[in-house]
Amino acid sequence: MTESAFSKPGPALVSARRQNTNARRVRLISQLLVHLLLIVGGIGVLIPFFWMVSSSLKPDWEIFQIPPAWIPEEPLWQNYAIVLTGHRPDAEGSRAGQGWSFMRFVWNTTYVTAWVLIGRLLTASLAAYGFARLRFPGRNALFIIMLTTMMVPSHVTMIPIYFIFKTLKTLDTYWPLVLPVWFGGGAFFIFLLRQFINSIPSDYDDAARIDGCGWFGVYWRIILPMAKPALGAVAIFSFMATWNDFMGPLIYISTMSKYTVAIGLHFFRNNASPAARPLWNLTMAASVVAMAPPLLLFFFAQRYYIQGVVVSGLKG
Amino acid sequence: MTSDSVVESVAAPSPKSFPLGRLARREALAGYLAIAPWLLGFLIFELGPLLTSLYLSFTKFDVLTNPQWVGLKNWDKMLFNDRLVWHSLKVTAIYSVGAVSLGLVLGLGLALLLNQKVRGLSFYRTVFYTPAVVSGAAVAMMWLLLLNPEVGVINRILALVGIEGPAWLFDRQWALPAFIIMSVWGVGGGMVLYLAALQGVPTELYDAAMIDGAGAWPKLWFVTLPMISPVIFFNLVMGIIGSFQVFTSAYIMTKGGPANATYFFVLGIYLNAFEFLKMGYASALAWMLALIILVLTLVAFRSSGRWVHYEGQIR
Repeated sequence: MTESAFSKPGPALVSARRQNTNARRVRLISQLLVHLLLIVGGIGVLIPFFWMVSSSLKPDWEIFQIPPAWIPEEPLWQNYAIVLTGHRPDAEGSRAGQGWSFMRFVWNTTYVTAWVLIGRLLTASLAAYGFARLRFPGRNALFIIMLTTMMVPSHVTMIPIYFIFKTLKTLDTYWPLVLPVWFGGGAFFIFLLRQFINSIPSDYDDAARIDGCGWFGVYWRIILPMAKPALGAVAIFSFMATWNDFMGPLIYISTMSKYTVAIGLHFFRNNASPAARPLWNLTMAASVVAMAPPLLLFFFAQRYYIQGVVVSGLKG
Repeated sequence: MTSDSVVESVAAPSPKSFPLGRLARREALAGYLAIAPWLLGFLIFELGPLLTSLYLSFTKFDVLTNPQWVGLKNWDKMLFNDRLVWHSLKVTAIYSVGAVSLGLVLGLGLALLLNQKVRGLSFYRTVFYTPAVVSGAAVAMMWLLLLNPEVGVINRILALVGIEGPAWLFDRQWALPAFIIMSVWGVGGGMVLYLAALQGVPTELYDAAMIDGAGAWPKLWFVTLPMISPVIFFNLVMGIIGSFQVFTSAYIMTKGGPANATYFFVLGIYLNAFEFLKMGYASALAWMLALIILVLTLVAFRSSGRWVHYEGQIR
């Protein structure tokens, strides 16, 4: 016996240790179970994306192959070239997708999204500043009215607004998609920004006022720079909403060269195939193109994004 | 943005001393200028159209000729003589119940799993949140392929385990469940909110519960759920409102079919307005939608007092 009597664990200690290892085992198993569930769920979430990308790289025949290939035998990058440019390099091949340039649609959508973004950031922050910082008669009543407009679904105002733009002879232009946003940018965004501005100490305003800043100066030099996180959240949500908007362009845009990505996809699927047969591979390539900008924005600005989601309570 | 923060913000310090001095007058002027764009927008793009569409709902209006006053005819037809309206409400309600309840259970379940101090939390969170980032037409296209009975991956996977999958969007019974499955794919959006709420529950409460001898389930039931009930409530309300506005996926994927199985309410509004050019009738439908959403919101807020716990609220 080399061990001394002291280092020999007593029976009580042994059972405690056993319990301890038991608890540890239970904890390990439950951790494994948690990971197993999360991995299975995660795969379920990712399979649709994977299948979309995989299909976008297949030739037409491979889409219909049984059993299906998870990964195309030879990725056909040409599909992306076709949907982006609207030209088919294979002259003798089918004319499917000819003339449908998603590069054009992406540019159109970017253009609309940018104008919407600028208008919303400027006018919503201005209104939010007014409601948060400036005192004027009727402020609280107007604020409550603004809050109640959040409950009105846009479908109620959609028809009269359509006739406003019809009267202005601006159907089939981007005006109907952009102009309304320049008038306050939406009650929800004003509310979000106002809540944030309220959390900025007003000492900054006072100091700037004493240094001779006017009301607009306070907005421009103090409030806007300090509200950057909230403005970032507004920008991200605004981008996503406009980029993915379908009903607006569907109602107002009718010329193909003005299509946004969303309606471009829809009409591409319905009209681009001369054989009236779904062009799954090209449609999926176009869908990947349409999804790429929001996804890239999400992956690169993830921290701000999730922060913004949590702060605003918007699910995205 | 929970309901108590709304109340708090409405009760913000009100302007006191009027009539105004010179400085105060300047401030008031600046204030009106600052909110002027919104105020104009409210009049031109909210209030005006709202009243106009109420007027239009009492007219026959086919765009080509001027609106003709028809009294309550549209409302009468909508409420009593148009079976499609009630059918579309039923479709929307079934979808709403399915999507919102599954969204609650699965979103909260995922958040609880992620809240177990798992490794790689941010990785999982990113993965589950990704579907919430994309929406609209591209997602609809993707699901059209996934759900396709011949070439779609869903039926292929079902076949692997020996199940012959249904025709999904081509099958009256399965088209609406397919939409609910699509919504389940996006539960990560709610999950992120639940997770943030879970991480905000003070650990003292769990310690206290443990000292009182509470196990995992009592802790969940008596500590966690009450503490995050405002977020659950908020998600429920937004989820119901959102499910009453489903349009893009329905328009692209089924256009209401087969046999009107996916004839969502907003789809009906759009089709009546811009494809059948029945602007008056569509306006009545739109007003009905607004009233439904208003009632649902009010009911939700009325009921919330009974089960939503606001920390720091004096009862």
